[in-house]
Amino acid sequence: MSGAIGQRVPLIDGIEKVTGRAQYTADLDSRDALVGRILRSSVSHGRIVKIDTSKAQALPGVVAVVTGEDCALTYGVIPIAMNEYPMSREKVRYRGEPIAAVAALDAETAARALDLIEVTITALPACYTPAQSRAPGAVLLHDDKPGNLEREVHHVFGDVAAGFAEADLVREETFDCAEINHAQMEPHAAIADYDAARDRLTLHSVSQVPFYVHLMLARCLEMDTAQIRVVKPFVGGGFGARTETLNFEIIAALLARKAGGKVMMRLTREETFLTHRGRPATQVKLKIGLTGTGKITAVECEAVMAGGGYAGYGLVTILYAGALLHGIYEVPNVKYDGYRVYTNAPPCGAMRGHGTVDVRHAFECLLDRMARELGLDPFAVRRANLLSAPMFTANGLMVNSYGLGTCMDRVETASGWPDRKGKLAPGRGLGMACSHYVSGAAKPVHWTGEPHAVVSMKLDFDGSVTVLTGASDIGQGSTTIVALAASEILGIGLNRIRTVTNDSVITPKDNGSYSSRVTFMVGNAAIEAAKAMRAKLVAAAAKKLEVSPDDIECEGETFFVRGSSQSELSFQDVAIAALAEEGTINVKGTFSTPVEAQGGKHRGGAVGSTMGFSYGAQVVEVSVDPDTCQITVEKVWAALDCGFAINPLAVEGQIEGSVWMGMGQGLCEETHYIDGLPAHANLTDYRFPTIAESPPIEVHIVESIDPLGPFGAKEAGEGALSGFPPALVNAVADALGMDVNFLPVTPDRVQEALIKFRRANRRKEAAE
Amino acid sequence: MKRIVSLEINGRVVEEVVADNMLLVDLLRDRLGLTGAKKGCDGGECGACTVLVDGRPRLSCITLAASCEGTRVETIEGQAKGGHLSALQRAFHENLGAQCGFCTPGMILAAESLLRDNPTPDEDQIRVALGGNLCRCTGYVKIIESVLVAAAEVRA
Repeated sequence: MSGAIGQRVPLIDGIEKVTGRAQYTADLDSRDALVGRILRSSVSHGRIVKIDTSKAQALPGVVAVVTGEDCALTYGVIPIAMNEYPMSREKVRYRGEPIAAVAALDAETAARALDLIEVTITALPACYTPAQSRAPGAVLLHDDKPGNLEREVHHVFGDVAAGFAEADLVREETFDCAEINHAQMEPHAAIADYDAARDRLTLHSVSQVPFYVHLMLARCLEMDTAQIRVVKPFVGGGFGARTETLNFEIIAALLARKAGGKVMMRLTREETFLTHRGRPATQVKLKIGLTGTGKITAVECEAVMAGGGYAGYGLVTILYAGALLHGIYEVPNVKYDGYRVYTNAPPCGAMRGHGTVDVRHAFECLLDRMARELGLDPFAVRRANLLSAPMFTANGLMVNSYGLGTCMDRVETASGWPDRKGKLAPGRGLGMACSHYVSGAAKPVHWTGEPHAVVSMKLDFDGSVTVLTGASDIGQGSTTIVALAASEILGIGLNRIRTVTNDSVITPKDNGSYSSRVTFMVGNAAIEAAKAMRAKLVAAAAKKLEVSPDDIECEGETFFVRGSSQSELSFQDVAIAALAEEGTINVKGTFSTPVEAQGGKHRGGAVGSTMGFSYGAQVVEVSVDPDTCQITVEKVWAALDCGFAINPLAVEGQIEGSVWMGMGQGLCEETHYIDGLPAHANLTDYRFPTIAESPPIEVHIVESIDPLGPFGAKEAGEGALSGFPPALVNAVADALGMDVNFLPVTPDRVQEALIKFRRANRRKEAAE
Repeated sequence: MKRIVSLEINGRVVEEVVADNMLLVDLLRDRLGLTGAKKGCDGGECGACTVLVDGRPRLSCITLAASCEGTRVETIEGQAKGGHLSALQRAFHENLGAQCGFCTPGMILAAESLLRDNPTPDEDQIRVALGGNLCRCTGYVKIIESVLVAAAEVRA
């Protein structure tokens, strides 16, 4: 190792962020652009009778108006489940769904034009909950989806009945987890520029996966992909919200083409919430069988998700929820039934910890309660079920490295658990939980047979190395990881490396930033590209020094003959020598997932499959106000097995951020609809924690060195999230002696539960 | 109605014709190209547009440009002097106080105002001073660390 990796390195694009020079989509020069605005449905469910845009079109200053008539092609992230139009046609299925859009010379004119569009909709009965949607005779959101079921999953592995028969204790509980939203700080924006003379379209957008956007623009605008260019500027967070192509991106392009020019579409915060794609409200019914020593004998799980009005990522979400019951503990017998249900609300989608968080919550809470019944410590019950890697799970997931035991050891010691658990002052409690997540989905959504990741690298006369990647850095620091990988393999300083990212005309195609794939896949591709570059440099140095390439050694940026202190060559000398052979050097590296990592052969078996899982354990300490039931998180100890920390500073940042986002979901975040009207669509009513209520988070990095990971690394940005909500609820149980089965644990809900709990206890005592 | 306002922005006197209802954030972003002040919400909720007006943190998205007549406005673009990052900018960069970076300009300016008033803040004082600035990436842990590091450097 040359020492580039394993060091705490500031982000290579950090200077731009602290100086205000970082340009996000809404910051791009739009002085010559038209202003794009979207008209949205005020009805939850209805049939469109008429859309009259004539008055809007006649308004001076209005350049283009588009409606569902302008695009009869659906889009969507899953090739077999594209059932959404950029603007609705025939039907609307949620309040806030785009119906029409205008491009005008200025914002005031655009707003007036929206008011002039006359829409007639015949309202249909609306379904807001899975129970309403699944009720007999419920009106269908989509005619081809009986029972309003987008997708149901039924998976059985092992012999579940025999497993429960073996158990000494079987318990079943039902957990209700509220819908949440990513609420990334940057509101959505896109700028579409149509060159009518050449029939070419350029879109700058906030996407996590510009490649999908490229495909969907080509599909919906019926353009050749070669006529389209997609660029991703700085992005202010994503957390899954921007994995799918979003309606405003296509609408901006439709407007630009119709107007024959450039359209800036800046969504408000309210519209950003309406675009949604958040974590669905999920009800989890979970049954676990344990032996007297805490060994899991069987698991039965039913998950019901309120998916919103369109398919989006839904079928992957419902599959993930079942798939990741596996891969963390030894669970020999598992039955999973998942139901993704259409409801008249903004569509849900992928959010950090995609599909797995609410099921993990139920699992870790129930396991804790059963351990209590059996007189086992929460750590002990989990240690009774550890995997031993390498292995394959019952559903065919590959586990190559496994640091969960070490993670538990670290947080148990750091939190003082053995001395403090159960011994804190009244109203104060400790809880723990474990979690895991994939390091990249082993099968991409758009399966083409190509490598999963490609990195290009250029060396030129100036002795600088340019790394080109299409992977979206959305703040997680992935471009820094790619540069560090190149720096490590080439033995050159970061100053010699420049990165060019996310411009479809320059950078290689990338499957994007989702499922925590970038470090693992793009990191490996960067290593391969750097090795190819290094081989050329070593060959050139060998030729110049008249020795065999095998005799060339490098130390930092110096090349020399092994065992000789003389005839050194500098990096610049070697670069010039290498260029003399073939001119500018361009190399690439690729990464493809091994077949054995691609999951089970059953239907849906690819979801959850990965090259390596991250593992996390955390302890949460809370205090509960006896009068208000306000819960304060006093401290968090979090350990994550990320394989190897290529950049420990960034790994810490990712763990802190994901633990904290789990805290938001656990403590206070939820969406709220009144007859389908989003009542939460601003940053006051959608409450996520401020700095004032955010606790110290003590991070412990565990390195299990994954055999396939780049330098042994796995993911670090998602795995810790799903451990927080159950650790919180387990801590609340420790503090109050009361178990709760809902998220978030807001003071009003806890207060109500506590009153009922105490009343029930008094009745029980009176009866005795 | 429109009027001419004269104010100092990052040390430079600016005279602009503004409508009475023009917001300071729009003057900065759309008219002057100072896009460091971000719009993260629909008004007054997130703190990403925070700038300093006469040294005090102000939400430029709910401040009328016309009300800034004769004031001294500082934005993130004016924080680095002679090409050198301010102590807070350097601390946020080196300690990963910024991940996606969208809240960072507002966060740094709110912290700048705190450190000018109180060069030795403790964690709780930092939490109070930055309570109106939302961040969705960091969990605030490294933001607090960054402010503490910058404060120590300013004192040294």
